[in-house]
Amino acid sequence: MIHFVLLISRQGKVRLTKWYSPYTQKERTKVIRELSGMILSRGPKLCNFLEWRGLKVVYKRYASLYFCMCVDTDDNELETLEIIHHFVEILDRYFGNVCELDLIFNFHKAYYILDEVLIAGELQETSKKSVARVIAAQDTLIEHAKEQSSSLSNIIAQATK
Amino acid sequence: MGSRLRDMIRSIRACKTAAEERSVVAKECALLRNAFKDNDQDYRHRNVAKLMFIHMLGYPTHFGQMECIKLIAAGSFPEKRIGYLGLMLLLDERQEVLMLVTNSLKNDLGHTNQFIVGLGLCALGNICTAEMARDLAPEVEKLLQSNNSYIRKKAALCSVRIVRKVPDLVEYLTVPATGLLTDKHHGVLVAGVKLCTELCQSNELALEHFRKHVSTMVRVLKNLVVSGYAPEYDVSGITDPFLQIRLLRLLRLLGNGDADVSDAMSDVLAQVATNTESNKNAGNAILYECVQTIMAVEAIGGLRVLAINILGRFLANRDNNIRYVALNTLVKVVSVDTQAVQRHRTTIVECVKDSDISIRRRALELVCALVNENNVKVLTKELVEYLKVSDPDFKGDLTARIAGLVQKFAPNKQWYIDQMILLMVEAGKYVTNEVIRSLVVVISNANDLQGYVVRTLYRVFQAWDGQESLGQVTVWCIGEYGEFLINSANELEGEDPLTVAESDAVDVVESVLKDSRVTPTTVAFALTALLKLSTRLPTCADRIKNLILEHKGSLVLELQQRAIEFGSILTKHSELKATLLERMPVLDEATYSAKNEMGVDGQQTAAAVASESDANGHLKQPNGIGKQPAATANLMDLLSFTDEQPSTSSNSSGNALLDLLGNGPLDGSNSLTSSAKHSAGGADMLLDLLSLDGPAPPTSAPTSTAAAPLAGLLDVDPLGNIPLGNLSLSGGTPKGPPAVVDPFANLTSTAMLASVPSPDPAPGFPTIVAMQTSGLKISFDFTKPADSPKTTIIKAFYSNLSSNPYTDFVFQAAVPKFMQLQLEPATSGILPANSTNSVTQLIRLTNNMHGQKALVMKLRVSYKANGNNVLEQGQVNNFPAGL
Repeated sequence: MIHFVLLISRQGKVRLTKWYSPYTQKERTKVIRELSGMILSRGPKLCNFLEWRGLKVVYKRYASLYFCMCVDTDDNELETLEIIHHFVEILDRYFGNVCELDLIFNFHKAYYILDEVLIAGELQETSKKSVARVIAAQDTLIEHAKEQSSSLSNIIAQATK
Repeated sequence: MGSRLRDMIRSIRACKTAAEERSVVAKECALLRNAFKDNDQDYRHRNVAKLMFIHMLGYPTHFGQMECIKLIAAGSFPEKRIGYLGLMLLLDERQEVLMLVTNSLKNDLGHTNQFIVGLGLCALGNICTAEMARDLAPEVEKLLQSNNSYIRKKAALCSVRIVRKVPDLVEYLTVPATGLLTDKHHGVLVAGVKLCTELCQSNELALEHFRKHVSTMVRVLKNLVVSGYAPEYDVSGITDPFLQIRLLRLLRLLGNGDADVSDAMSDVLAQVATNTESNKNAGNAILYECVQTIMAVEAIGGLRVLAINILGRFLANRDNNIRYVALNTLVKVVSVDTQAVQRHRTTIVECVKDSDISIRRRALELVCALVNENNVKVLTKELVEYLKVSDPDFKGDLTARIAGLVQKFAPNKQWYIDQMILLMVEAGKYVTNEVIRSLVVVISNANDLQGYVVRTLYRVFQAWDGQESLGQVTVWCIGEYGEFLINSANELEGEDPLTVAESDAVDVVESVLKDSRVTPTTVAFALTALLKLSTRLPTCADRIKNLILEHKGSLVLELQQRAIEFGSILTKHSELKATLLERMPVLDEATYSAKNEMGVDGQQTAAAVASESDANGHLKQPNGIGKQPAATANLMDLLSFTDEQPSTSSNSSGNALLDLLGNGPLDGSNSLTSSAKHSAGGADMLLDLLSLDGPAPPTSAPTSTAAAPLAGLLDVDPLGNIPLGNLSLSGGTPKGPPAVVDPFANLTSTAMLASVPSPDPAPGFPTIVAMQTSGLKISFDFTKPADSPKTTIIKAFYSNLSSNPYTDFVFQAAVPKFMQLQLEPATSGILPANSTNSVTQLIRLTNNMHGQKALVMKLRVSYKANGNNVLEQGQVNNFPAGL
């Protein structure tokens, strides 16, 4: 299973973290610091796997961001790479040529997408289109609710005038 | 009301320093707290979103946890969405607050909107506790059979979490999980197959149950492999690799240990192995999984060959990722089919030299799994070759592995010794003490090789570059078998003849002794070796004596003590030398390996000895330089090789001494008395030498009451223990009866005085009283060497003005940073009652700001009077001007 997902920028800033195994706040900070140090210092030609505390960290760099997933030692590392890529492609389609800034200002949306890709540290959906569809549907739902509430507040505002 | 989320992120990003960021975040947090307190409902979701961002930056956000729960309890989808996200992000399964959402979750799982059900399942799957899992399992089980695929797949993965938390729910979920295997929707299939795998892993019955459904899985997999282009699930030309991999993994579990099931899947495995394109990562991921499945199930030989060939291709691949997984799999395959893996040996050995640490580690592990009696020579050669060029942080690992292999598979002793010497030459500082120890044990047991070993070491040593381990072993061997160097005894066939003069052998030891890079442990080795050489190489006796005596003033107590003891053996007791300095008895290999197996235990023992000896003041030095209890403990261990019980440190040091002097059978934990009595020669001699069967009248000591630091060593109490432990540099006296007096006392005190220029009081400087109390007076005499105006030599005189003798007398001094202080040992640790200037001590002071600042010194004196510990302190400001 995937124990956690980390997105770290080239400067070591955390852009997204998702923990599927219990880690305390303290441990989380420590893990992030330790791993970002190890991953950022690795050369570009080296393999994308790191053995770490009896687990394996699979990472891949996309532009200025490192996507890292920590998996069990008997998990398929190549497949984990593929899952990372799967997630990145979905992000890319959703944001339209995704960049780091998209993920900073719309971090919650990145989380929503991740929640449609992984649950309990396991892959949930293998079709990118299908993920895009449900995310779009949920966004429309939100838009509807917003419109409703704004029209509602208009009515209230007019009534109380 | 506050700013928008976007604005907050912007203002935080605009911060130039960490402090600025902290203050912005603190302000935001204060606003958020207020908003939460006012129960602001309109902006609650925005506030929680802000809080999540702050959380991601690493700031504490526990105060927002309740807000998430309120959001979840609210009715609308937007609020629930952010509420659940906050719940998963800000909380983890260990927080009690989580209990509060169980009810909301239950409601949401029964909601009519699929997305709200999805939110509930997602949260449950990501953070549920065992209790929640138990409470909500019925709801989830119901949802597994929902007619909405979006809900089914989420419910399936949620069940995976539930099974992990509460394994006894397996039976309950087995049947609905089976239903998922025939699903048309890929998302549900992926999740369903994962759920089945999880069930199989945790329960044998479930495994049996799913074996009946193997044909279903095989069919699904086959369809995937042969199906044409499926745009929705295509990953670089392959249809849904994720699903294929999950199916292969489930098949692995089912086929393992069941020939029929394995047979049913062999066709499809072969199909996957041959038809999958291997030019893209997705394809390789499938092949990798497929190979693992083939190796795990009860497959026929042909299929195995296919799998091994795939691994061979992987290994030759230029992509590091692929090579990594190849090595990783081969490690598992080695136990199944060593022959097949041996074929790739050269490639694997190449991988040990890769620039990537992940690959190197895997390869090294694999190489070690491959080594056997037949190829150990070739592989060790390769590894040692590589050791020369590997980077430093890998050398430790590599050295340990090589040493382990050589030890385990060595075809003969000579080869083993050769390799170890090579290893010490290449990576001397990474060779552990345990490795050196086992080498020494082997050498000591190999009678016919000792000459060869000492000559080889002598040759190798000519290019010595400070390698600690090599220095230790060489010096030890020369000490023990030095005569073989000279007389070329036991020459092996084909060995190059070597002519070594006696002085050359001493040269080697001297170069170690004088090298600045080695630790005191190694110097101690060298001193012992010199002592032994004094009988083996009689022509160099004088030189040896001088070399040993040079260390009499060493700041490291262990060395000083050795130098003084050895010096007196050489000068005073030459008639005993021959017996004392006999070769060490052969170390028992069986005892040693048994002790080695104790492993950690033994190390703890050593540590215990070390700390104890420290507590006993064994290594205590007034000026606190170079404390090395661990090194000493190792040394003791190295010298003793007995499984002594470290109940008292003095006992074990006594043992070490006996060993050091090479006498007595090493019969382990028996009391020393018995071992001394059993041994006919040495131990008796030792007792004789010391002529101390108990409190005995002094025979050769002229100053009857002065007990020198050495007293402890020579004080043999009636139990036969030799308390080496309680020595301290400036005269801590042993606890033994005060009447016991050291016959060497005279010798040592004069020797010490001789080691510094004779301190006649200089005419220019008057004697001062540095400290005077009711019972103690300390006065200083000053000398200045003519050539260095900065240096002052102070001779301190201690006078006891009371009618009680002072024991354990320790004088300590401290000076400001611009000065350096060197304390020579005091002539004694005991101040007899009513004595004036009975004990003296030399202090060497260097004033780096001579002429600008005057001398200042703080004093601290501790001693025992009348059974009470006394501590006195003072400052000396009345130094004569011009020092």
